[in-house]
Amino acid sequence: MDRILSLNIRLVNKLLQDNVISSTELINACLERARNIKKYNPFITITDNVAIKQANASTDRYNKKKTLSELDGLPIAIKDNFCTENIKTTCASKMLENFIPKYNATPYAKLKNAGAILIGKTNLDQFAMGSGTVDSIYGPTKNIWGYSDDNDFFITGGSSGGSAIAVATGTCYAAVGSDTGGSTRNPASYCGLVGLKPTYGLISRLGLIPLVNSMDVPGILTRTVDDCVTVLNTISGHDPKDSTSLMRQHRRIRLPPANKMTIKGLKIGIPIEYHCEHLSPDVLDVWDDVANVLEESGAIIKEVSLPNTEYSIVCYSILNQCEVASNMARYDGIEFGFRADENSSTEKLYATTRSLGFNEVVRNRILTGNYFLLTRNYEKYFNQALKVRRLISNDFDNIWDEVQLLLTPTTLSTAPLYSDFIKKTNRDQCAVQDYCTQPANMAGIPAVSIPIKLSKTGMPISLQLLGRNLSEPMLLAVAKLIEHLVEFKHNPKYII
Amino acid sequence: MKLLQQFFRHQRRKYSSTTKWQSVVGLEVHAQISSASKLFSGSSTEFASPVNTNVSLFDSAVPGTLPVLNKKCVEAGVMTALALNCRVNPVSYFDRKHYFYADLPAGYQITQQRAPLANDGVLRFHVHTPGTNKKPYVAEARIKQIQLEQDSGKSLHDDYQSLVDLNRAGAPLMELVFEPDLKNAEEAASLVKELIIILERIQTCSCKMEEGALRVDANVSIHKPGSPLGTRTEIKNIGSVRGVAGAIKYEIERQIKVLESGGEIVNETRAWDATTKTTLAMRDKEQKQDYRYMPEPNLPPLHIALGPVQQGCVNVNEIVSKIPELPEDTRNRLRESFGLVPEHAIILVNESKLQKLFEDVLALETVNPKLLANILINEYLALIHAEKLALEDVETPAKYMRDIIKLLTDGIISRNTARLVLEKIIKGCKDSPIKIVEDEDWRQITDENKLRQICQEVIDENPKATKQYLGGKTKVFKFFLGAVTTKTNQRANMTFVNNILKELLDKSKK
Repeated sequence: MDRILSLNIRLVNKLLQDNVISSTELINACLERARNIKKYNPFITITDNVAIKQANASTDRYNKKKTLSELDGLPIAIKDNFCTENIKTTCASKMLENFIPKYNATPYAKLKNAGAILIGKTNLDQFAMGSGTVDSIYGPTKNIWGYSDDNDFFITGGSSGGSAIAVATGTCYAAVGSDTGGSTRNPASYCGLVGLKPTYGLISRLGLIPLVNSMDVPGILTRTVDDCVTVLNTISGHDPKDSTSLMRQHRRIRLPPANKMTIKGLKIGIPIEYHCEHLSPDVLDVWDDVANVLEESGAIIKEVSLPNTEYSIVCYSILNQCEVASNMARYDGIEFGFRADENSSTEKLYATTRSLGFNEVVRNRILTGNYFLLTRNYEKYFNQALKVRRLISNDFDNIWDEVQLLLTPTTLSTAPLYSDFIKKTNRDQCAVQDYCTQPANMAGIPAVSIPIKLSKTGMPISLQLLGRNLSEPMLLAVAKLIEHLVEFKHNPKYII
Repeated sequence: MKLLQQFFRHQRRKYSSTTKWQSVVGLEVHAQISSASKLFSGSSTEFASPVNTNVSLFDSAVPGTLPVLNKKCVEAGVMTALALNCRVNPVSYFDRKHYFYADLPAGYQITQQRAPLANDGVLRFHVHTPGTNKKPYVAEARIKQIQLEQDSGKSLHDDYQSLVDLNRAGAPLMELVFEPDLKNAEEAASLVKELIIILERIQTCSCKMEEGALRVDANVSIHKPGSPLGTRTEIKNIGSVRGVAGAIKYEIERQIKVLESGGEIVNETRAWDATTKTTLAMRDKEQKQDYRYMPEPNLPPLHIALGPVQQGCVNVNEIVSKIPELPEDTRNRLRESFGLVPEHAIILVNESKLQKLFEDVLALETVNPKLLANILINEYLALIHAEKLALEDVETPAKYMRDIIKLLTDGIISRNTARLVLEKIIKGCKDSPIKIVEDEDWRQITDENKLRQICQEVIDENPKATKQYLGGKTKVFKFFLGAVTTKTNQRANMTFVNNILKELLDKSKK
């Protein structure tokens, strides 16, 4: 069974179809795996009952040969900031500790309709505000790479660290994360996974508890590019309930086998601004190596410039805090969520509820965001940030005249130790961690992180590919080729 | 000392002079859009539903829910803008306006602050307040902007607890912002009346003020001619046309009193108390709020197609073709096609049911329109009011009204009889006017010989009055007319009687 958990979606689907295993057996194995890897703390909720019920229904469908899709019977995990009907959705916060939504987020609803089986809701930084999966009321999620003991460990990255570990440990084949500034790609990079941030609007945001509405996208974490494509095909497409989801009909992506692909003449840019001062030599070497490998395969590698990159992180920070201030205004303890025991006045009830229900990171962003939005500051901060955002977006628009894809690091280093990571504030960490990832969110373009190799210390190093809006077919095809060329080995403890 | 004197002289000049104060009034109207569902969610907008039953997940701001703009509301907004001569913007945006209140679940209201649906309109209206100004005159107020926005819920407080009803939360509103072009309370009330007629015609708002479907905020200030505008106060949420007139009148008088007694007007929000007929400062709104406006990131820009294209949310050309005749056009038509006096045209348009009856009668048969309008307004409507009823309470078939007009023009009944017939109908009699006249034997006496005989009798029975008349007291003539009326049970044709009486009396002179 351990072997089966290590396979990819296509092969497992074949085993299910050929009756080698049943969905019920598969899910039971996954749930057992989930229990065995509790020390890494990837799950906030393991949805045993729901999973077993869904698995039995799937077994039935296989018996009747009336399966719903390639994903029928396959275990998936969902980040705990996507609403799941009648299943607790906490955002790793005290505010929503006991929040049970009455509806399903569209990405989950689509997976469910395709027969996929939810095995658990995964850990994150509170309200997805972080880059380490360390700021959760349920404690940090720990990286399986370099793990020796509980006292100190390497972080998973974040904020979708729980989803990353669920996939990396073979507990499921795919997990849904969210990506606002890199929250899917960052943990993918640190945990050795494929992490896709699709084009803004390609996947519905309905039911994703928002961080920054204009940048949030549901992300996909898998062990292989093909698995990523299968999930993307299932969850993308227009949703009339999300007015920002793209109207245009989504075409299913089909990738050819890697050995039949050619990138002859494909122009790939290396943006010089991503070669920043904090970039570790390990990552730089890998970046260089892969560029060479691609060149050898026929691609034209070109140095390019995205001149406004250096302003991106501060601009992102302002826009993030403004939208956070606004989005968090609904948590007042009246309609749902945590309510403080305070009856002296409505104002006092709000104040106490909000100061007890949010951690310091969330409270800080709310206060700063509200400051930026004051009438007297609006022009100076918020509007200025919007203008800079436009410049960053223009940088990308211009670059597509020169090259078809960009190759950059995903993170500046391998996963840091928890003890080192928490020495810096959440804000300072985000500025470093999100450096290479957040520009894609500012521009809305798709980006994918691909694991390349292990560092000398045995930690995964990954690179990022970026493409123009809706270039997922080409982006993922090249990702698959890189995957084929570098032959990254997943953690042998779980993936054999 | 000299300085103080100067100061006082200045004060006196400023406040005690006999030049009249001028008042300046601007209105902001919140009109709930007639739509089955809310502005951004599918829940119902039905009035008086059980508490918290018309509440979707979005309306209660459940995390992860998103707004979806209701196209019907955009159509209604655009139609309203066109009916009010506004410039519809090809692109408008939604914004978040933040403030904390228990009946505002998201902590912000979605509105259109930066780029509203429409700008720069104008509303022309008749100011006609019988008793105050006899001759109606036309005034106008410019419309600064029309924006779409969400309504809030309702909070109920007592000493022990606060309760929230979210049925209204997210209901679609159009906010109409008027420039301060009005001179006084009467103009403001007339404007609101005209607005109501327009919105009812185009059916974009029920205008049921008692249900809160139309709410008026009034900005009021006073100043002396030639001096700059005074500090204004805002009266919030006035819930009736009479309230608009009352609140503004009260507020102008209050401000005059304050300034003339040496006081100062503070920029504040006040509430109209309809029972005590006063405006009161609202305490919780004293602090100036910073609403921290921000673009609504979950809604794309709202595109309106202005030409013959199909892009955008709605198409202006298609909406223009759906606009029915507007009240001012109706008034003009009534005057031009039927020769009605302006006052009658105004009243018919103000009372849509009366206008319908008018048009229905004329559709049946070409009776004298001036007489018809006269009877409808001066007899029918007056009788309904005298019975303390409303037009809506009475159902009078058009053919009955036609019959009455025909009986009148054919001289079969007198005007007095017409009134009696109408009274019976208003009180619920279902018989046709012809039957009523037959049953009651109310046919007018037009036989000249018979009338001559009756008049002679009256003269003979009143020798004293006759003597007075012949002695030069022509006023007594009215007494004779009255006597004939009584004697004939109001059935005599008074035009004939008038002539016959004169003739007979003059004859006895000789």
